[in-house]
Amino acid sequence: MTDKIAFKLNDKPVQLDVDGERPLLWVLRTDLGLTGTKYGCGAGFCGGCTVLINQRATRSCLLKIKDVKDKEVVTIEGLAKDGKLHPLQKAFMEHDGMQCGFCTPGMILTGVSLLKFNPQPTEQEIHSGLENNFCRCGAHVRIVQAMRQAAAEMKGAH
Amino acid sequence: MNTNDFLEANFRDIHSYEDLFASNRRDFLKRVGGGIVVFVAINDLLFGQEEVRRPRGGRLPSDFNAFLRIGEDGRVTCFTGKIEMGQGIITSLPQMLAEELDTPLDTVDIVMGDTDLCPWDAGTFGSMTTRMFGPALRAAAAEARAVLLELAADALKVPQTQLVAKGGVISDQQDPKNKISYGQLAKGQKIERHVEAKPPLKDPTQFKISGQSHTRRDGEAKVTGKAHYAADIRVPGMLYAKILRPPAHGAKLKSVDTAPAKAIDGVQVIQDGDLVAVLHQFPDVAEVALGKIKAEWDTPAATYDDKTVFDHLINVAPEARVVRGGQGGDLDAGMKSAAKKFDSTYLNSYVAHSPMEPHAALCQIEGDKATVWASTQNPFGARDQIAGAIGFSAEKVRVITPFVGGGFGGKTNNQEAVEAARLAKAAGKPVQVMWSREEEFFYDTFRPAAVVKISSGVDAAGKMAFWDYDVYFAGERGAAQFYTVPNHRTASRGSGFGGPASAHPFATGAWRAPGNNTNTFARESQIDIMAAGAGIDPVEFRLNNLSDERMIRVLKAAAEKFGWKPAKGPSKRGYGVACGIDADTYVAAIAEVAVDKAKGTVQVKRVVCAQDMAVIINPEGAKIQMEGCVTMGLGYALMEEVHFKDGKVLDTNYDTYELPRFSWVPEIETVLIENNDTKVRQGGGGEPAIILMGALVANGIYDATGARLFQLPMTPERIKAALQKA
Repeated sequence: MTDKIAFKLNDKPVQLDVDGERPLLWVLRTDLGLTGTKYGCGAGFCGGCTVLINQRATRSCLLKIKDVKDKEVVTIEGLAKDGKLHPLQKAFMEHDGMQCGFCTPGMILTGVSLLKFNPQPTEQEIHSGLENNFCRCGAHVRIVQAMRQAAAEMKGAH
Repeated sequence: MNTNDFLEANFRDIHSYEDLFASNRRDFLKRVGGGIVVFVAINDLLFGQEEVRRPRGGRLPSDFNAFLRIGEDGRVTCFTGKIEMGQGIITSLPQMLAEELDTPLDTVDIVMGDTDLCPWDAGTFGSMTTRMFGPALRAAAAEARAVLLELAADALKVPQTQLVAKGGVISDQQDPKNKISYGQLAKGQKIERHVEAKPPLKDPTQFKISGQSHTRRDGEAKVTGKAHYAADIRVPGMLYAKILRPPAHGAKLKSVDTAPAKAIDGVQVIQDGDLVAVLHQFPDVAEVALGKIKAEWDTPAATYDDKTVFDHLINVAPEARVVRGGQGGDLDAGMKSAAKKFDSTYLNSYVAHSPMEPHAALCQIEGDKATVWASTQNPFGARDQIAGAIGFSAEKVRVITPFVGGGFGGKTNNQEAVEAARLAKAAGKPVQVMWSREEEFFYDTFRPAAVVKISSGVDAAGKMAFWDYDVYFAGERGAAQFYTVPNHRTASRGSGFGGPASAHPFATGAWRAPGNNTNTFARESQIDIMAAGAGIDPVEFRLNNLSDERMIRVLKAAAEKFGWKPAKGPSKRGYGVACGIDADTYVAAIAEVAVDKAKGTVQVKRVVCAQDMAVIINPEGAKIQMEGCVTMGLGYALMEEVHFKDGKVLDTNYDTYELPRFSWVPEIETVLIENNDTKVRQGGGGEPAIILMGALVANGIYDATGARLFQLPMTPERIKAALQKA
């Protein structure tokens, strides 16, 4: 049983014939080959599967593909625009805001969403905004530095 | 939009050495064509060899462990069986190579963890890359530079002594226009060199590329989603597997009915002995189908759980073995000379590795050759295990290691790679296995629970009089006493890597700085107890009882950076101190903690950590590893503990198993001690600082409250219990 589900994915319209009950995470990773979105726990705890839905960080393992009908979905592959990295991506590179890099896509998209709705977060707001994204390597210090730099750089862009 | 639009790169493209299927030197040379190739064997060159006697998979090969090639385009490629799992050697190894070879860093490529392209390697663990592999790679690069100088002397018709190598070009000092590039020198050459004697390496004080901080070379790939991990590899026709798992360790399959799974469109069920799996073109559909399988299990009753395991461990422990150098003086005499004696028992729990990337592997069999992309710390071990499991010769199995999403010692068993290979062979199609988080918590090779018993004493002058130490099941690493104590004995019972078979309810194994987390927690807590008992400031007490200059220097560096002001404990300030040695690296740290006595919670506010690892290749990279150790170490210090009962692992996901979060992270200041003494052994950097975290926080809690914690993790419940006793 398949449904026709249309939505915007990384700025391009997409239409799928797919069982609408299937998890967004696996449709992205498998049907669409967007493997930057990671499976980490499958239960919404770790944040590895975070994508943007209408600009808000959302855990794709908890959503069904039918939930994004007519919405705008951005994955890590779609964050750079015209070959230009998002300021937070650049800041992660400059501060080594990652080690193994597995949590990085979810971490960056959560950070992008945080900066979108709170462009000048305090240190504590950065912590609480990223609190439910896990990084096992312990890159937290550098991630916070990257967030601060991106916030400073994006000042006035909002 | 089709799938291929999204597949910009997989690891086959990134390597693009498809034409170089060579597993040995002869084949490699035949296929590589022109250029200069330098081979080096770690065996011939390294002191400290005894440190690597134990790697799983056997001894180091006598042939070679590393090679580099200078191509006709002037690019230099390092081939290594090491893998990148976050520790940053994808950046530091090219730095070492570029430094010794005098070539720009951006002309260096690195191929890692591919068993057809890279020389055999035991695996990436034990902080061995920088301290064991690094010197060998530097030697190979130095040899390559010598070859280039010989060639240049001929080409430029000037004596070698008149030549200078810089930036990938060799020029005549007297006539700088008379010059030739490495690429030009390599052109048309087929030169094979073996490093026979250790060539002179550069003096670290002259480093221009090493010793400088460089950001990660994989940064862009990792921030754009282009970095591929094993579960991200796609090949045509592949299926995803979900495997039937027992409810408890030791459970045996009694009966299974797979018919309801087979009824789902597109599902293929494989039953290969004990391996029952569901395959489908979508992993989520495979999971739904797996849920329809009806299975009955025989589950044996267990006699112990996470509460009673410590008694069990002491009961089953084999005889004590005195560790190397672990005995001296006369314990009885020491006890008589002691003014105060202290007997303590320290407990440490099972801890999960919990890398964010679950174990994953994809196996594709074409003809008589199997290719497996695996998230593994030891690709060559995986290759041999896979070959054995599917009846292939090792040469007919190629393991490719994409980026590994964290390992910490937990990705060396390769069960998932063997499963993928068995299923691919049975199905006749490529099969990917990726464990769920629940499988990850079930099949992890957990850090073993362990017990340490210490009896020690201090004389009237505040000097340690005796030290009697028994560690159960953590192993010897970090057990050896480095304080000056005239009468001492240090012994270990049971392995820190599992055995005997009856010891643990599930698999156990190496966990970042294996054994040393437990040993350092016990030793540094006991030292603190003695300092407080003697009424001496804990830093001063340590310095009074140390003679090892490197340890004294690193402890003083931490104290100075922290702004330590002496006071006997408990001073109510919440200051903790700990020091230790791991992977030939000296570390010391001082922390400030705040304890909420009502809730029993701890906030670590500040950690200053100093480290002496000898030569430093990428200073910022080394500091990042220290920060990672401090942050990850907070987990086992405060919250991480695997609960189990009747063979069932009760923690199955992050609802009950807590990892360190942003709000936990203290202000971290790191100090790297400059130590370019080439006579000391090169130390590692991925693990050492993590060994301090248990004692560091325990000693901070004691200093804040007067309550002493003897068990890790120091959960609110245990802290409140200790506060009541204080």
